[in-house]
Amino acid sequence: MKVLAAMSGGVDSAVAAARAVEAGHEVVGVHLALSRMPGTLRTGSRGCCTIEDSMDAQRAANILGIPYYVWDFSERFKADVVDDFIAEYQAGRTPNPCMRCNERIKFAALLEKALALGFDAVCTGHYASVITGESGDLELHRGLDALKDQSYVLGVLTAEQLKHSMFPLGATASKAEVRAEASRRGLAVAQKPDSYDICFIPDGDTQGWLSDRVGEAEGEIVDRDGSVLGKHMGAHNFTVGQRKGLNIGRPAADGRPRYVLEVQPRSNRVVVGPQEALAVTELAGSRFTWCGLAPEAPEAWFDCEVQVRAHSPSEPATAAVVDGELVVKLAQPLHGVAPGQTAVIYVGTRVLGQTTIDRTVSADLVTS
Amino acid sequence: MAVYLDNAATAPIRPEVVEVFSKHLQVVGNPSAVNSFGQAARRLVEEAREEIAKALNADRNEIIFLSGGTEADNLAVKGLFEARNSPEMARPVVISVATEHHAVIEAVEALEKRGAETWWIPVDERGVLNLVALESFLADRGESVALISAMWANNETGVITDIPALTAIANKYGVPVHSDAVAAFGHIPVDFAASGLAALSVTAHKIGGPVGIGALVVSRATQLGAQIHGGGHERGMRSGTLNASGAKAFGAAATIAVAELDAESARLGRLVEKLVGGVAAIAPEARFSRADAPGLPNNAHFTFAGSSGDSLLFLLDRAGVAVSNGSACQAGVSAASHVLLAMGRDVAEASGCVRVTLGWQSTEADVDAFLAALPQALEGARKAGLPN
Repeated sequence: MKVLAAMSGGVDSAVAAARAVEAGHEVVGVHLALSRMPGTLRTGSRGCCTIEDSMDAQRAANILGIPYYVWDFSERFKADVVDDFIAEYQAGRTPNPCMRCNERIKFAALLEKALALGFDAVCTGHYASVITGESGDLELHRGLDALKDQSYVLGVLTAEQLKHSMFPLGATASKAEVRAEASRRGLAVAQKPDSYDICFIPDGDTQGWLSDRVGEAEGEIVDRDGSVLGKHMGAHNFTVGQRKGLNIGRPAADGRPRYVLEVQPRSNRVVVGPQEALAVTELAGSRFTWCGLAPEAPEAWFDCEVQVRAHSPSEPATAAVVDGELVVKLAQPLHGVAPGQTAVIYVGTRVLGQTTIDRTVSADLVTS
Repeated sequence: MAVYLDNAATAPIRPEVVEVFSKHLQVVGNPSAVNSFGQAARRLVEEAREEIAKALNADRNEIIFLSGGTEADNLAVKGLFEARNSPEMARPVVISVATEHHAVIEAVEALEKRGAETWWIPVDERGVLNLVALESFLADRGESVALISAMWANNETGVITDIPALTAIANKYGVPVHSDAVAAFGHIPVDFAASGLAALSVTAHKIGGPVGIGALVVSRATQLGAQIHGGGHERGMRSGTLNASGAKAFGAAATIAVAELDAESARLGRLVEKLVGGVAAIAPEARFSRADAPGLPNNAHFTFAGSSGDSLLFLLDRAGVAVSNGSACQAGVSAASHVLLAMGRDVAEASGCVRVTLGWQSTEADVDAFLAALPQALEGARKAGLPN
């Protein structure tokens, strides 16, 4: 196959590319330039948008003996990921930009361009596996290493995208194994630190970064009855489940800590309350996709597990499509679920689908 | 065997030059040393100085050796600005062109931080300078102008500037002119004595010489502030141990390039004519960037509406034909060409350019290989569409 290896400059994508080469594919390395001004972004070795990363990717490609190019997706990235991230926060939601990047950039813009230019597949360093299921259709499964598993951020992939996706690290037992392999192959990135933060926020200060872009606006912090407890400088600074940084002067009547229950962007109000009010029993979204073959009868309730964050455990649930919405009922109440987050549905290790969460149903309070 | 059509980026070193270069790499002695070894090395440098002076019709004393085109442009722009504003800032205005090489543009912008005021000579849609606008600016503000820097031929589009016409205007107002002739030298006649220029940049590696040696030609009447300080080499304008073997190799490359210039420019001109005709037949949407303006015989620069330059470059490269988009940033991204933007093109068009440049080793088979690879590359690039 003609394989395009997306190379970030990190160790995972370098080893993924190496394995694709070793498997006998005709591999070309491509680094995605995601910033118009690479020098202005993080200059350390932790991100995905710097000159240093581009050079690291190129060096890895040289060592693997594959051609290397840089493709510019900076405008798409700005419009589809960065601007979307800001807009979601402004709308009171909590987005996952890495997921958006996979959905709109890596497995959309990049994949489309790759197919047009004659490639058969895009290869990345994600820890997840694409396998052929019993039905004969392709399925996405969790990576073998539970600590590194990245199937969550790939939950947006459709059957068509899975056909052209290659994740050579899926069956790897641990990150240490990948580093050892990189070292054995002479790849200089073997000991490069992992990236955890959002690549376009240079210092990891998401709140400060957002404030620079959306400005500050004084608003009220209220309890569930609407009583004003304090002031804040912008609803975008808060996300559901947050406890720290509320700066409420007087303590709650019962003396227990208060958490953000809801962010209301129109009125610029932040609603707080006790932890038990965060407990969600149901979540739902209309923007859902199936990852590979869709269930035969999605209107019928089926058993599954749901995961709402990249590195949180999955929870037992039942799900069904009801009136155009994917509705997930949790077996046990779940804390800290915010609209805008993605719920990925698993059956065993298989990723069945995902939805962006539009609304949640709480034990004692309905948020919209 | 891959075909190399990116000679404006760097041209292959000529075998005759390799011979001269390697022979002199073993010469012992610092050309500035007083002992006999130093004198032997100095002799090589001075021979080379004469060869280059002859190739450019300059005086041997006017050749300042340095590392290459970028350094030459920096020395000329910054050095002229300093000399013309000493002891006080009497002439803060720097005139240049938005289509210049980054070596000039960035040097000019660095001067802005030191208080310089910039005026850019407008260009038309072919990239030709508006000398009427220049004259009226000088009539108004000539006394405040430190220098003008305008390239002899553009490194991206190949369009040629009428340097004698420009200097005739500038000299009326007593303004010194620098010209970056890195792309022009070796491909069209460059006569320093007749040019009316105060300074001129050239480099070896575009004409079959090695990377790392170039020269700024500085007229004897011109003063320049040094940018690299040290032992006072090269009329005090550029300190640093002289590169004897590099200078000899540059001298050899310059001598050959000028001796063969008439025949080579005619030969490459015919090849480029075939290439441009072939592209027009294959791609009706192709636009030849400099249109009917005079240009370098070895340069063909196009935009292809609806295709992105980096897709075309990628597909041609995979098909074994190496071309360029013109300019790439440090991270390797093909940026929208600042030259095309200055010529009034929009970002989409300025991102879709392909530059094909021929060199001394180029043959008709190379042009045929490009034309053979182009239809399929275009088909893929059209399918992939525009960037973003």
